[in-house]
Amino acid sequence: MSSIAIAPPETRGRLMAGLSGIGAAFSDTADVAGRNLRTLLRTPQALVFATIQPVIFVLLFRYAFGGAIRVPGTDYVNFLMPGIFAQTVAFGAIGTAVGLSVDVRTGILVRFRTLPMARIAVLGGRTLADLARNLLVVVVMTGVGFAAGFRTPNGAAGLLGALGLVVFFGYAVSWGFAALGLRVSDPEAAQAAAVPVVFLLVFTSAAFVPATAMPGWLQAFGTHQPVNALVSAERALVLGGPASHDVFICLAWSAGMLLVFAILAARTYGRMGR
Amino acid sequence: MSGHAIEADGLRKAFGAVTALDGLSLTVGAGSVLGLLGPNGSGKTTTVSILSTSLRPDGGRATVRGLDVVTDAARVRQVIGFAGQFAAVDPNLTGRENLTLIGRLSRVGRRQSRVRAAELLDGFGLTAAADRLVRTYSGGMRRRLDVAAALLHRPPVLFLDEPTTGLDPESRFTLWDSVRDLARSGTTVLLTTQYLEEADALADQIVIISAGRVADTGTAAELKARFGTVVFYLGFDGLAGAQTAETVLAAAGYRTARDSAGIRVRSATGSGELTGILRSLEGRAPDPLTVAVREPTLDDVFLSLTGGTGKGALA
Repeated sequence: MSSIAIAPPETRGRLMAGLSGIGAAFSDTADVAGRNLRTLLRTPQALVFATIQPVIFVLLFRYAFGGAIRVPGTDYVNFLMPGIFAQTVAFGAIGTAVGLSVDVRTGILVRFRTLPMARIAVLGGRTLADLARNLLVVVVMTGVGFAAGFRTPNGAAGLLGALGLVVFFGYAVSWGFAALGLRVSDPEAAQAAAVPVVFLLVFTSAAFVPATAMPGWLQAFGTHQPVNALVSAERALVLGGPASHDVFICLAWSAGMLLVFAILAARTYGRMGR
Repeated sequence: MSGHAIEADGLRKAFGAVTALDGLSLTVGAGSVLGLLGPNGSGKTTTVSILSTSLRPDGGRATVRGLDVVTDAARVRQVIGFAGQFAAVDPNLTGRENLTLIGRLSRVGRRQSRVRAAELLDGFGLTAAADRLVRTYSGGMRRRLDVAAALLHRPPVLFLDEPTTGLDPESRFTLWDSVRDLARSGTTVLLTTQYLEEADALADQIVIISAGRVADTGTAAELKARFGTVVFYLGFDGLAGAQTAETVLAAAGYRTARDSAGIRVRSATGSGELTGILRSLEGRAPDPLTVAVREPTLDDVFLSLTGGTGKGALA
């Protein structure tokens, strides 16, 4: 056991200490994100769940329900896919909440709080990993969409712009669900708390059906919430037509949520040791 | 910096209406092992959490190597290692990956993290399992990995919260050896435990806490000596007899504690007192089935200090 012997206490390497705090924070964030991505790849059921579910939705809505849904001006599948992308990142955010609540429960966050690491890295690393996961899943869903007949009337640039909005939106939302996950140390409870929020926002939006088919009171809510703003902006970019207003609204929602949720999550994390 | 590696002065902490720490003070000499002993809920974990900077005290002050754990937490974290009550390792990483991650987050540097990880895996007998996912590890292996993870940056001060709870005897002894090795090489260790024999085996100094306060402190030998010279243990045939006997002895002025059908009688004067005890029982209670005379154990001390007031407490 001699190899675990401790050298006489000495001041730690000046070189590392000299690293700027920001550089170290980025490095810590990357390390935590790497750990979370590894964990994700090694619990493939989580990744499969995050992918299979939207695939099923594509198949269901494209082939089972789609025939009964009429949308103006385009094939239903072109209308559907922006909704699917939004659904994908919204459902993915549930994983952010569950993942952090697991870290609370296992005590890993307590250990992290005793390490000389940058405190922001715990949340930054988690949300960065989930951003990477969202990118992957959105790319997969694009492929699934193409296989199901999705075409982009407005060309590749419109599609890429829409996917950019989706990923940014997903990143903003994941901070909110990170705050939720920190408050709930039980993964099942985190899931139970997150799912209704996501369902409410996704299914009252125009993700799958035009909002005009909804009763007025529901439409009033459904068309004034962030998921709908995302879907509208995506559709404007994918299908063509005037997009700047919808894109602005979507970016405003995303930036606003990112700001509020990041502060909320950071405060929640900071208070955990109080 | 004084000769103390850890100093806590009047620590207070409440969780809602529950008082966890009620003015706890202790000191740990540099390079020594302190055993923090107490029943469940006595404040052991709260103490360790505050000293290892993961929890803020409501009141009082604590320093590690002269650094304040609240105002200088960032620097405290550079000199401490912490292994909590639950093996806080990632089950979906390998043992080696867990250690290199903690190493990098401890700012050891990428290359040095790998070197240290290999050293520690070897030191804790985990080399063969190093590249297996931790979810395939046994409880003992996880615990060893958890303690190893606290040592990546060679911290001069180490906190271990119930490091052997739930371990089989062999794993426990392996961990004891590791703690002894660390202490021998100059590491200051504060460990909490519910096991008296563990404190007896490892700690230079023992602090017994109860209800968030220090109940007594000293070396194992001091605590036992202060407690008395001998303990008589009288075994009875059933609960009723033991209860009767306890009542009789208590009325006669003896300091007793009962566990099920056995009674412990604390004596300050020595084994000569046994005659008197047996005489008091004569005709008033059933004869004991067994009588033993032994030196006090930490168990006795612990029960007398934490066993509550009145009945059941040897005090």
